[in-house]
Amino acid sequence: MKVGVVVFPGSNCDHDTYHVVKHVLGHEASFVWHKDSTLGDVDAVVLPGGFAYGDYLRTGAVARFSPIMRAVTEFAARGGPVLGICNGFQILQEAGLLPGAMLRNKNVQFLSMPVHVRVETSDTIVTGGIPKGTVLTMPIAHGEGNFYLPDRDLDRLEGEGRVVFRYVTADGQVTEEANVNGSSRAIAGVCNGKRNVVGLMPHPERAAEPELGSADGRRIFEALAAVLQRA
Amino acid sequence: MAKARVYVTLKKSVFDPQGKTIHDALGTLGYSSVADVRQGKFFELDLAPGVPAAEARRTAEEIAEKVLSNPVIESFRVEVEA
Repeated sequence: MKVGVVVFPGSNCDHDTYHVVKHVLGHEASFVWHKDSTLGDVDAVVLPGGFAYGDYLRTGAVARFSPIMRAVTEFAARGGPVLGICNGFQILQEAGLLPGAMLRNKNVQFLSMPVHVRVETSDTIVTGGIPKGTVLTMPIAHGEGNFYLPDRDLDRLEGEGRVVFRYVTADGQVTEEANVNGSSRAIAGVCNGKRNVVGLMPHPERAAEPELGSADGRRIFEALAAVLQRA
Repeated sequence: MAKARVYVTLKKSVFDPQGKTIHDALGTLGYSSVADVRQGKFFELDLAPGVPAAEARRTAEEIAEKVLSNPVIESFRVEVEA
């Protein structure tokens, strides 16, 4: 697969993502500058983590107006796989490609720690082949990851099976303690209606090699590669 | 020169961790009469000379809706001073 990694001013997980795609998985990766208006020859797009435009105003609020976002929106509308990680997730929310908004973490602290998330559906571009209920360990690093949607919208999201990841304990239980940032219904990741756009707060690119404490994140990228191979 | 003031606040139904932290701190300082605190954002837009107040309001409201607030969690109010 050919993965385009979008680089905003303030992205800081772009190289990690590139490294995982190219050197860990052995696929093709390229950087796409936020001022570009086209994505080039890519099969999938990743919006990486970081603090695009310093996250001034709101997380992702300014980045969504970058020229490249029009191309990302069109790519997504054609069914192209788009993955937003952490700040990338926040940008996709601001752009209206994914539902919800992020509030400050419930304890108002920046949280940098490993968490466990449970895969809630295998029917997305990054969870295909990972059985529902699988617990993955990946780090989070964010101050605004407290997923919010009004209750009626949450009900609809759940009804459509669009909650992709939930914060859980190591043995897969949803508890208040495991939901470290206070997200509505412990939601750590969601997808769009067509299931080709996914956002998650944990960082799979920082947990794709055993040397980093967990290689669970590798499965996210492998699932993406598998989807593209079938296409 | 018209000035537009935009107040962005979290919707009532949305939990405000920052407001709660400030409220807790006020309690620690002895301000027990404060029942709640909500934190928001304030923007002051200076319009170019000659822009009429009505246009200043339209522009400020459009900017507030499109950029300065996120309708999922926030609402806004605009005041214009001619």
